[in-house]
Amino acid sequence: MPVITYRQALNDALAEELERDGNVFLMGEEVAEYNGAYKITEGLWKRFGDKRVIDTPISEAGFIGLGVGAAMMGLRPVMELMFWSFAYVAYDQIINNAGCVRYMSGGLINCPLVIRGPANGGTNVGATHSHTPENFLANTPGLKVVCPATPADAKGLMKAAIRDNDPVCVMENTLLYGDQGEVPEGDYVIPIGVADVKREGTDVSLIAHGRAVLTCLAAAHRLHEEFNISAEVVDLRSIRPLDEQTVLDSVRKTHRAVLVDENKPFCGVSSQIATMIQEHAFDDLDAPVQRVCSLDAPAIYSPALETQQLPTADRIIQKVLAIS
Amino acid sequence: MSVTRAEKPKKTGKNPVDYAKAPINADLTPEQKLGFLADMLRIRRFEQASLKLYQQGKMGGFLHLYIGQESVAVGTLALMGENDHAITAYRDHGHALVVGMSMNECMAELLGKATGCSKGKGGSMHFFAPDKNFWGGHGIVAGQTPLGLGIAFALKYKGLKGCCLTYLGDGAVNQGVFHESLNIAALWDVPVVYIIENNQYSMGTSLARSSAIKSCLAERATGYDMDWDIVNGENLYEVRAKTWDAMQRAHEKCRPAILEIDTYRYYGHSVADANAKKYRKPEEIEFYKQNHDPITLWENRLKEEGIADEAVIKKLDDAAKKEAAASVQFAEDSPFPELESVFDDIYYEVDMGTESGKTGRHFFND
Ligand SMILES: Cc1ncc(C[n+]2csc(CCOP(=O)(O)OP(=O)(O)O)c2C)c(N)n1
Ligand SMILES: [Mg+2]
Repeated sequence: MPVITYRQALNDALAEELERDGNVFLMGEEVAEYNGAYKITEGLWKRFGDKRVIDTPISEAGFIGLGVGAAMMGLRPVMELMFWSFAYVAYDQIINNAGCVRYMSGGLINCPLVIRGPANGGTNVGATHSHTPENFLANTPGLKVVCPATPADAKGLMKAAIRDNDPVCVMENTLLYGDQGEVPEGDYVIPIGVADVKREGTDVSLIAHGRAVLTCLAAAHRLHEEFNISAEVVDLRSIRPLDEQTVLDSVRKTHRAVLVDENKPFCGVSSQIATMIQEHAFDDLDAPVQRVCSLDAPAIYSPALETQQLPTADRIIQKVLAIS
Repeated sequence: MSVTRAEKPKKTGKNPVDYAKAPINADLTPEQKLGFLADMLRIRRFEQASLKLYQQGKMGGFLHLYIGQESVAVGTLALMGENDHAITAYRDHGHALVVGMSMNECMAELLGKATGCSKGKGGSMHFFAPDKNFWGGHGIVAGQTPLGLGIAFALKYKGLKGCCLTYLGDGAVNQGVFHESLNIAALWDVPVVYIIENNQYSMGTSLARSSAIKSCLAERATGYDMDWDIVNGENLYEVRAKTWDAMQRAHEKCRPAILEIDTYRYYGHSVADANAKKYRKPEEIEFYKQNHDPITLWENRLKEEGIADEAVIKKLDDAAKKEAAASVQFAEDSPFPELESVFDDIYYEVDMGTESGKTGRHFFND
């Protein structure tokens, strides 16, 4: 299997879908001539031309709304947000229009739109550029949200998102763009709504999404080496729809759960997972469900503290030890 | 006091253009002209019937009546060809009826019935008929303006010769997303025609209190190097002629435009508008009803042209009343949606039972 970067995996997914379906087009700030602010769309404008890869003015509400309108007409726009943090100026278009138009039309309309871009802290850019809005967006019935953690998942989920007939928010991570990993060749599509057990274990379930999955894997490694604790790592991959079964199966096996989430703790994704576990697997638990989230403050700038604000392997290990 | 049309200098000046002679109007048949009257009467009678339901407590929420503005929807939407599309805000009943939605489905939607155009999931502000190229019905002020841009973008992308008539109010022009849309439309030559229905008020705020302008709202288009025009909305011929000009530029050159159509609403912002009579004088409303009613003016015109007399008009009006009354009956007789239907029409993939609709949990009730 070829080893490529997360960035290349996304680029391949976009190129393959542009090739496959003439209704797919890419649009966003700097995606075409500049090759993308984070080079995800590198080479695509040169290869596919002005019609398919389009630079926009700095007007997120305007161009995301354009994408919703074009999607209602049957096109498959893939809109890049330079940062998901900028979605807030387009919030009305995403929630009210992309999210609600099918419902309010009684099912007469659907919106095959993809909105993608990085959604992460940890890059020393301060609070305005470090938001992780997967919880906000997954709160809207009508929207789908996926958060790939590895190059293979990035490719498979991006392709699934583009082929999906509902609006899908793909949350990437600038810290992962350079990560390398094996990615299957050919038309590799991962169904949305299917979690992945990234490491098997028997003593505790670490449940996470996005980059937190990698933090969990690091913690699981140390738990094994230093404490002889066997941790299972469940990668949600998709926030909505959510693979409830895989999470519950894991908890029923290990009887302990620590939820790890780069979201803030209040009403974060992990809050939903915790609710789900207590509703459906309460009797299987040997200890209270624990959470490790970003520290509950706006994202701090100072690099020394920023890495501590996000979930760390140390914090995960402490939580696991507290319930083991 | 706000500027009323009576005081405003007419752009037509001393030698008014006879828009009846414009190419798009010159070949109209008497039947077509009577059809416009019939449609305006249908809108008015539909709105009056819905108002009655509201007053009887049979519907709640917001009800934004289109009464007084009928010539705008009829004058513009009747020009739509196969590849022309339309989208508007929440004052959408008139547009819906002109594009061909039935009074039955619209009235049933107002009552939240399963037979409504959105199965009771949209309500008064959210009527849709994509099969008739009508994309809503949008409740967020100016939220529809980039959607109209996207619809027009899609037409151009697909190589279709069409445009998207995108309606907004005089208050909506001050939303940022409208300006973002104007810039993109002009920058990329997107065939969208923005139609500002200037009824002089946004809720209780007069135009003079909401917008900084030189002469009119549409003139803001010059900032985007975009064509614009101002239209006397009470004159159906003028509405048609000027809208058709803009549509043709969109069809032939993909050029966007802003049209500002002067009009007036007789009722409050919505039926729940407690201040309906406070921010403007009753005499002002009366003045418009007496002198600028688009239906009366069109009836007079048809009489002058020898196309209609009182009897013909009465016949059309009776038919409109009858149709509206029947739609009320239909709506009242219709069932409410079942509770299970709450979870339909949220995700296409779930509704269709596709593979993608089956993986993972989509709804989180318990
Ligand atoms: C974003 C947003 N802000 C405020 C409102 C409340 N609101 C609904 S209609 C309206 C007035 C709009 O007036 P105008 O654009 O002139 O349209 P008209 O009602 O006259 O047709 C307001 C303030 C809203 N629906 N959406
Ligand atoms: Mg108004």
